[in-house]
Amino acid sequence: MPEEMDKWPELYTNTSTQNVMSEQQNIESRLWDYIDGVSNAEEKSAIEKLIESNLEWQRTYRELLETHQLMTSSELDAPSMRFTKNVMEEIAKYHVAPATSSYINKKIIWGVAAFFIIMIVGFLVYSFGQLNWANSNSSNIVSPNLDKLNWGKFLNNSYTNIFIMINVVLGLMLLDMYLTRKKKLLKKDF
Amino acid sequence: MHGELTDTEIISRVLRGEQQLFAALVERYQNYVFTLVLRFTDNREDAEELSQDIFVKAYRSLADFRGESKFSTWLYTIVRTSCITFLRKKKLETTSIDNEKTFVQLENRESGFKANQVEIKSRQAMVNQAIALLSPDDAQIITLFYKGEQTLEEIGAIIGAEPNTVKVKLHRARQRLKDKMEKYFSHEVREIQGD
Repeated sequence: MPEEMDKWPELYTNTSTQNVMSEQQNIESRLWDYIDGVSNAEEKSAIEKLIESNLEWQRTYRELLETHQLMTSSELDAPSMRFTKNVMEEIAKYHVAPATSSYINKKIIWGVAAFFIIMIVGFLVYSFGQLNWANSNSSNIVSPNLDKLNWGKFLNNSYTNIFIMINVVLGLMLLDMYLTRKKKLLKKDF
Repeated sequence: MHGELTDTEIISRVLRGEQQLFAALVERYQNYVFTLVLRFTDNREDAEELSQDIFVKAYRSLADFRGESKFSTWLYTIVRTSCITFLRKKKLETTSIDNEKTFVQLENRESGFKANQVEIKSRQAMVNQAIALLSPDDAQIITLFYKGEQTLEEIGAIIGAEPNTVKVKLHRARQRLKDKMEKYFSHEVREIQGD
């Protein structure tokens, strides 16, 4: 107990230093908002009053304003005189690429999303269909019946066939699109 | 010559085939892009090459600029991604000032810089030297805010952060810059204050 009491002044000093630091940070944060012009009207007038009446606020404001003015006065670096010419010579070799939106078909993205949603819904419907709601009690409503799920049947019955069929259809659609595009490009070349 | 044309007007004409008009955009933004790149590369030759690549990339993907933001904001996004890729290629760490490698890098930059202190002739040179001592992230955020004419929201869109996060990062970057200036340029700062 006495040992802990000996540490009290130290602990008190640390807490007090932390408080002073956070107070200073708060002053700086509010002053930066004021200098950057992002404070609202109410905050702005409150800060103006504090700068006028409080020496600490006045001193910090002057310091921050100097830093702000120095940063505003800094100059941009310039590349070599030939820079624009070099860029223009380089871009002369290229054409503007078509916009991404023009070659990404939104129908395909929606199609893929729909496929996954159908799969998830189908799985959930099948799983809930396997549950025996009449025999279940409130404490173990899910876990005992989930054990009774016939996974072998699930993977070997019509669900698997439907899954494969959808994938085959999607694959054929993609192949068709690829071949059509190739055909168009060949026609353009000739 | 094309000073009166807005960015959007230039872009739509370039997209219609007037490739040479792109030079107006290059002239308008080359200093901004070069300064931002220089914050990452710390080497004029690399910065010039990378800036050139950035403008070529911007030209090639110009059709993707939908005008939802300022052209400068869109361009600075390309600057940032290109610089990060460049640094990754060079296997340099970019993110935190607490990162050991960055710290060692900064220490080296600081020690090399001390020798050049006598060469500081102007207020601008002093600020630029102090910014060069910051981590690339801090230097970039300060440059975007003060020189790139970007708002907190726009900087957020460039670096992929919320405006409030940008505000905190900007406060910290300015504090670090202030510390660097107090540490290395206290004499010059006092002279400026005495002006």
